[in-house]
Amino acid sequence: MTEAPLIQLEGITKTFGSGAAAFQALKGVDLSITRGEFVAVMGPSGSGKSTTMNILGCLDVPTGGVFRFRGVEVQKLDRDQRSLLRRRYLGFVFQGFNLLARTTALENVELPLLYRGEPKAKRRAAAMRALDQVGLVPWADHTPAELSGGQQQRVAIARALVTEPDVLLADEPTGNLDSERSVEIMQLMQRLNREGITILMVTHEEDMAAYAGTIVRFRDGLVERIERGAMNLAAAGEGAA
Amino acid sequence: MLGTTILLSLREIRRHILRSILTTLGIIIGVAAVVTMVTLGNGVTASVQEEISSLGASNFIVFPVRTTRGTIRPFDDADVRAVGQQIAGVEIAAGNVSATATAFYNGQDWDTRAQGVTNALLDAQSVKMAEGRLFTRDEEEAGKNVCMLGPKVREAIFPQGSSPVGARMRLGGVSCEVIGVTEERGQGGNGADDDDAVYLPLKNVQRRFRGNENLDYFVVKYDPAYSSATVQDALVGLLRERRLLQGEEPNDFNVIDTAQVNQALGAATGALTAMVAVIASISLLVGGIGIMNIMLVSVTERTREIGIRLAIGALAREVRLQFLTEAVVLCALGGLVGIALGFVASIGLAALIDVPYVFDPVINIVSFVFAAGMGIVFGYYPASRASKLDPIDALRHE
Repeated sequence: MTEAPLIQLEGITKTFGSGAAAFQALKGVDLSITRGEFVAVMGPSGSGKSTTMNILGCLDVPTGGVFRFRGVEVQKLDRDQRSLLRRRYLGFVFQGFNLLARTTALENVELPLLYRGEPKAKRRAAAMRALDQVGLVPWADHTPAELSGGQQQRVAIARALVTEPDVLLADEPTGNLDSERSVEIMQLMQRLNREGITILMVTHEEDMAAYAGTIVRFRDGLVERIERGAMNLAAAGEGAA
Repeated sequence: MLGTTILLSLREIRRHILRSILTTLGIIIGVAAVVTMVTLGNGVTASVQEEISSLGASNFIVFPVRTTRGTIRPFDDADVRAVGQQIAGVEIAAGNVSATATAFYNGQDWDTRAQGVTNALLDAQSVKMAEGRLFTRDEEEAGKNVCMLGPKVREAIFPQGSSPVGARMRLGGVSCEVIGVTEERGQGGNGADDDDAVYLPLKNVQRRFRGNENLDYFVVKYDPAYSSATVQDALVGLLRERRLLQGEEPNDFNVIDTAQVNQALGAATGALTAMVAVIASISLLVGGIGIMNIMLVSVTERTREIGIRLAIGALAREVRLQFLTEAVVLCALGGLVGIALGFVASIGLAALIDVPYVFDPVINIVSFVFAAGMGIVFGYYPASRASKLDPIDALRHE
C-alpha cells in the first residue's frame, strides 16, 4: 500500500541575500511526509529548521528544488495562490500564540472562516466546535488578556483547526508555556493527530519531540537524521489515559 | 465579503475608540466647516435677495449724471409723467426727492431725512405700513403737511407704547401731522436707511425743503411680461428726445435695472460662498492627511496582526480592502458627525448674524461623499503598504 506522500521536498535549497553576503540556509533538503504523520522537527538554531517550516507552511518559497504539497509544485505558485493553499489546507500555531488582542476567543477562532466567506451561523457553529475540541467552550467570550498562556495556545490551536486543515504547522507551540501546560498541549496535539490531522512541529525540547511519531533532525542546512516510529510510549500512554 | 469587512472595520474602530475620534476630528471639523460656510453663504444670498426684492423685482431707477461739461440736468415731474404715459409696459413711474432735516417732538430731536414720495413710489419700492395710512389723493396733489415715520424716527422721538398717529410734530421748519409708520425694512436701494426717514408728499418736500420741482431720481416699474431691454430702450429713447440729445451725444442720465443688480449681487455672493467653501475644504484636506498619518501608524502597530491574517490565508487584496475600508468607514463616520455638527453650527450662526437658515441638501451630500472619497485617497497608500508585508517578517514583528 504505497500512498503518495502528502508533502515532498526534493533537493530544497534556500539562500538569503546575494553576492558576498549570501547565506545558504538550506543546502539540499529531501523529506517526505505522509498523511497522518506527527513529525517533530529538531535542530540547533541556524540549522535550517525554521526556514524549512516556513517553506512547508507556504509562507516562503525555496531558492531551488521541488516542493510538492498534495501533488502541487508549490515553488511555482504566486503569493495569492500560496495564500489560498494556506487558507484551505494549513493551520498554524505559533510560539507567541498570535491571537488578535481585544478580540474574544470565539472571534479569533472565527477569523479564518471570515476569509473563506462562510455565513455567520456556519462560522459560529464551526468555531464553537473547534473550541469544544480544545475544551474552551466556557471561555468563548473571553479576550486573550483574560486567558492563561495554555488557554491562549488552545485558542490558537482551535483557530488552526476550525478550517479542518490537512496539516497543522506548529512552531515551538510550548515554547512560552510551563511544563504542565506543555504536556497538556502535547496531549491535545497527539489526540488531534490520532483523529487524522497531519502535524509538523518545530521544537528544541526532546520531551516534546517524544510525543511525535517521527523526529526529523536538522544540522547545517541539511536533514541529519530521520527517526521514525520513535513515539514515546509513556507519553502516548499518558495521552490515551 | 464587503459586509464582513465593514463589520470588521467597525469592530476595529470601536477597539481604538479614542484614537478613532481624534483621527476623524479633522474630517469632522472640515465637513462641519464646509457645510456651515455654504449654508451661511446661502443664507446671506437669500437675505441679500430679499433686500433687493424690496427695490422691486422689475424696476428701473433713473437719475441724472454729470455731463462732460460738468453740469447736471435734473429730471422733473413732467419727465415722470411722460414716461408713465408714453412707454408701453410701464405700470408706475414715480419720482423721489430728499433733504436732510431734524425732527422734533415733545422736546426730543433727531437728525434724519425728509423723503418726498408718492403712494405710487412707496408701492413700486414695496414700502409697507406698520400702522396708520397712506396719503390721500388730495394730500398728495396739494403737498399737504402730513407725514409717515420710519420706525427709527418713531423710536427716537416718540414715547414707546402709544401710537404716534394723529400727533403733530415738526420737521425742519414744517409742522406736520403723523398719519402712519412704515414697516422696518433695512437699507434701501439708494444706500440710505429707509427706516431712518420721514415720508412727506413729494410736492411738499419739493416746495418747502428744496424750493424747486426737481427730482433726485425716479423709479419705473414695468409689467414683467415685457422684456426689460425693450422697456429700457424705449425709456432711454424717450428721455434722450426730451433732453434734446443728438446722435452721438452720451446719455446725461443713468438707468439702473434692479433685475441686473439682483443678478450681479447674486453672482457676487455666490462667488463669496464658493470661496469660503474652498477655504473650508482645505481643512477637510488637512483632515484627510491626518487620516493617512494615523492609518500608517496603525499599519505599523498592527504588523503582527497583518502577519497572522496573511498566515491564515488572507489574500493581499483582502488585507488592502480591510485597511481601505477602515479608512473609508472612519472618514464616512467623520462625515456624518461633521454634517450633524455643521447643521447645529449653521442654525446657531445664522441666528447670530441674522440671516435666514437655508438647508441645502446638495452640500450635505457632496461633503459626505467627499469625506468618504478622502478615505479612499488617503487610505489607499497605508492599505497597500499593509498588503505588501511579508508574512514571515510581519509575524516576527514585535
